[in-house]
Amino acid sequence: MNLAATFLARIGAPVLAFLAAIGRVAIYAAEAISHIARPPFYFKEFVQSVISIGYFSLPVVGLTAIFTGGALALQIYAGGSRFSAEAVVPQIVAIGMVRELGPVLVGLMIAARVTSSIAAEIATMKVTEQIDALVTLSTHPMKYLTVPRVLAALIVVPLLVGLGDIIGVMGGFLVGTKQLGFNPTTYMKNTIDFLEAPDVWSSLAKGAVFGFIAALMGCYYGMQAGRGAQGVGRATKSSVEAAAVLILAANFVLTSLFFST
Amino acid sequence: MIELRDLHKSFGDKKVLQGVNLTIPKGESMVVIGGSGTGKSVLIKCILGLVPPSSGVILLDGEDVAKAERDAFLARFGMLFQGGALFDSLSVWQNVSFRLLRGSLKRPKAEAREIAIDKLRRVGLSPEVADLYPAELSGGMQKRVGLARAIAAEPEIIFFDEPTTGLDPIMAGVINELIREIVTEMGATAMTITHDMTSVRAIADKVAMLHDGMIQWTGPVGEMDNSGDPYLDQFIHGRAEGPIESVR
Ligand SMILES: Nc1ncnc2c1ncn2[C@@H]1O[C@H](COP(=O)(O)OP(=O)(O)OP(=O)(O)O)[C@@H](O)[C@H]1O
Ligand SMILES: [Mg+2]
Repeated sequence: MNLAATFLARIGAPVLAFLAAIGRVAIYAAEAISHIARPPFYFKEFVQSVISIGYFSLPVVGLTAIFTGGALALQIYAGGSRFSAEAVVPQIVAIGMVRELGPVLVGLMIAARVTSSIAAEIATMKVTEQIDALVTLSTHPMKYLTVPRVLAALIVVPLLVGLGDIIGVMGGFLVGTKQLGFNPTTYMKNTIDFLEAPDVWSSLAKGAVFGFIAALMGCYYGMQAGRGAQGVGRATKSSVEAAAVLILAANFVLTSLFFST
Repeated sequence: MIELRDLHKSFGDKKVLQGVNLTIPKGESMVVIGGSGTGKSVLIKCILGLVPPSSGVILLDGEDVAKAERDAFLARFGMLFQGGALFDSLSVWQNVSFRLLRGSLKRPKAEAREIAIDKLRRVGLSPEVADLYPAELSGGMQKRVGLARAIAAEPEIIFFDEPTTGLDPIMAGVINELIREIVTEMGATAMTITHDMTSVRAIADKVAMLHDGMIQWTGPVGEMDNSGDPYLDQFIHGRAEGPIESVR
């Protein structure tokens, strides 16, 4: 009896803690959304976030996409040749990049780059009493720090994903035409003919959701930071973990929503 | 006027404030002294609502602070944080006139900058400092920028958490005079935390000593030296021997 109770408590406590954490994040998300619509809106902070999230992520997004597109083309060619289906390379690269790899890889790169830097910055502000100072200067941290970052990510990450999709397809195109002997015109034509509008829309929609998650997790864990340098370190680590896991989970949910018929 | 009634605050099991009763009359300068770690900073943060009190009542002009409209309430206060708490993404002048660049007190940029430079001069900093970033300043300079920010919007009530620690004696004198001026000329209510007894004598109308989570002694600064309170005596004379344990 006692043993069983201990056993159940061992399982129960982390489950409850996990559910409570989800609840807190959900409340935080709802609060952030409600603040987006209400003035004041800090436009300058928003523009700064757009630049740091969007513009400065371009190199990492481009490199990730081009290598992935190239590798994908090689794999599909090698795999396809086992049953003489090498010709499908353009179509499968396009679908794989646009539907899955583009959004997921860009999302994860944003989690690594943006979530971590948001969390570290806000956690440092928390630890050095800058958040308290904001409040005493009649400025709501949610409006001044969270809303500009979340909104910027919500708008900019889909664009990054779109760009990543294109560059990924180009990576496949380069490998396909330079190395695998595809005719450039046919490769392009096959890609464009094969892709459908829902492929592209779903890709961008995933980007918006992943951007929202990435920025929100950075802000949330930053604001939750404990004391000292250790608090900052922990907040940063947890934020990236949470963002990456949530992005992958959301990707599964979105894929099944969009494509399971 | 600020009144604290039976204010308690614990962090987990750790009891920091255990029934603080204190009245700070309008237009007066109250100085809070007390050993390191007794909860002086926590006390100020409770009044500002940055830390929720565990129990007790805080009244501002007779009204319960917990029920007040937050923005209007905070607009009346200025605060110098113990660590400065400057925004390191903003330049010095933008820090000082943070309040004047947005929200209800917003004014043109040029005017806000003028005011910032004026306030910087009052805390003994030259206009060249205005365009630097907080990370480029020494600790004492950061403290003074924090002070300039606290007084920039000319609030009615100002809290100073250790305004002179980390400053040289001359600069400390300048800051003491400034705080005194703000109270006598602008009619502001001030609450200052300090360990510096010279500061206490220069700034205070009234003194309160926090010990063991309660106000051990409070009274006019003139009565501080012959209070007959052994705790206060030990503290103001900096004696290692006495009722206050030296290991806390
Ligand atoms: N956020 C917090 N979480 C947990 N404990 C805290 C927190 N803030 C303060 N404390 C504890 O409360 C006590 C009082 O802290 P406080 O900063 O008010 O001291 P103080 O009187 O201002 O000391 P000093 O003169 O050194 O600045 C300390 O023991 C501190 O560890
Ligand atoms: Mg303190």
